[in-house]
Amino acid sequence: MDVTIVDYKSGNISSVINSFKEVAKDKVNIEVTSDLDKIKSSDKVVLPGQGSFKSCIDGLNGINGLIDTLNEFALNNKKPLLGICVGLQMFADVGYEEVETKGLGWISGKVSKIDNQNGKYKLPHIGWNQINIVKDSKIFKDIESNSHMYFVHSYEFIPNDNSVTAATTDYASNIVCAVEKENLFGTQFHPEKSDKLGLKIINNFIKL
Amino acid sequence: MLKNRIIPCLDVKNGRVVKGINFVDLKDAGDPVEQAKIYSDGGADEICFLDITASNENRDTIYEVVEKTSKKCFVPLTVGGGVRSIDDINKLLNCGADKVSINTAAVQNSKVVEDSSRKFGSQCIVVAIDAKRKNDGWEIFTHGGRNPTGINALEFASKMEKCGAGELLVTSMDKDGTQSGYDIELMQKISSMVNIPVIASGGVGTLDHLVDGIKSGASAVLAASIFHYGTYSVNEAKQYLASKNIPVRI
Repeated sequence: MDVTIVDYKSGNISSVINSFKEVAKDKVNIEVTSDLDKIKSSDKVVLPGQGSFKSCIDGLNGINGLIDTLNEFALNNKKPLLGICVGLQMFADVGYEEVETKGLGWISGKVSKIDNQNGKYKLPHIGWNQINIVKDSKIFKDIESNSHMYFVHSYEFIPNDNSVTAATTDYASNIVCAVEKENLFGTQFHPEKSDKLGLKIINNFIKL
Repeated sequence: MLKNRIIPCLDVKNGRVVKGINFVDLKDAGDPVEQAKIYSDGGADEICFLDITASNENRDTIYEVVEKTSKKCFVPLTVGGGVRSIDDINKLLNCGADKVSINTAAVQNSKVVEDSSRKFGSQCIVVAIDAKRKNDGWEIFTHGGRNPTGINALEFASKMEKCGAGELLVTSMDKDGTQSGYDIELMQKISSMVNIPVIASGGVGTLDHLVDGIKSGASAVLAASIFHYGTYSVNEAKQYLASKNIPVRI
């Protein structure tokens, strides 16, 4: 099996690479590439994302044909795809970080700044928070509700249809921190930095 | 609920740990990779490396350490010490660091903080502030605490937040190494003034000091010696904080 981590210059993805290689060992081939043919032929795709919503979308647009290839992979071929952090946020129709930016539009919704209640909550939301699993998602196999995951973000994905929400976390408000819609999976937290439980989520995705 | 973080810090010089943990079963007490692994297995919420390598020819040793550690530890890794430029930050991130802490360079040229937080995201830019009491306030120092700057620490903290720092690592130079507790007033002042997380550093000698640090408003507490010398394990520290009703990840 081939799992491709999309390298589109979205900032630091070495931790994502390290964690997937750790889980995959020699059983699964982990590719890190922006090569369109390799993405097309892979069994699963991981879409990481760091920095701002706009910079990530710009990064995808910076590689000719990449968005079309991802659309085909995710929407037509319906192969499993995992978005992490801004990778998940880009599933939305629109993001409001820096300037209003069009997203991939895979899961209807928007990405807005977390309401910090007039400074009562510090942003970024950095650190270990508990996730409340609200849907029996395949990537949460053997993960209990209230498990701790590592977060670092100031913006949140707000889906229009709550049925896609797989988990939430409490920070200032109830924040959507994982989604599942058919073959699309996304986590706002960083499984690659969430210790053993995070690696388990990665393993669950690889084993899908 | 968001938990308060406990961050053990390792001082690394020429690729070796300077102050090591006294664990009998440690194969190589000077190996930062092995020690970081012990911390992360013990429940550390993050790991911090402070590179204190003085000579330029040995500066590259930290990259190898970071690369090896990031393949074994799957919790966030912050690396600081001698970070001068966007290029240095880029290299550390590519080696597997999740955050980079900037001290002297941030004071000399705040544009480094602006540019790097824009380029890499503020989530990976930590500004380290070394502050020392002076008259009624605090003055910041650079170059590992050797050079006074005449700059007010509170004003500087506020400026760094505006420049895009994701977190502030605040060390009291008066308290560092004394094991007499954090400079609580300094932590309170800065935490209440900025809207980004503050990591308290400098002076931890007992577990109660960690409790005091969190109560001062800091989001995370950093300590070196109490973990280095095996006085307490990270897990013991967390259990103690939990017993004092401070939310931690256990």
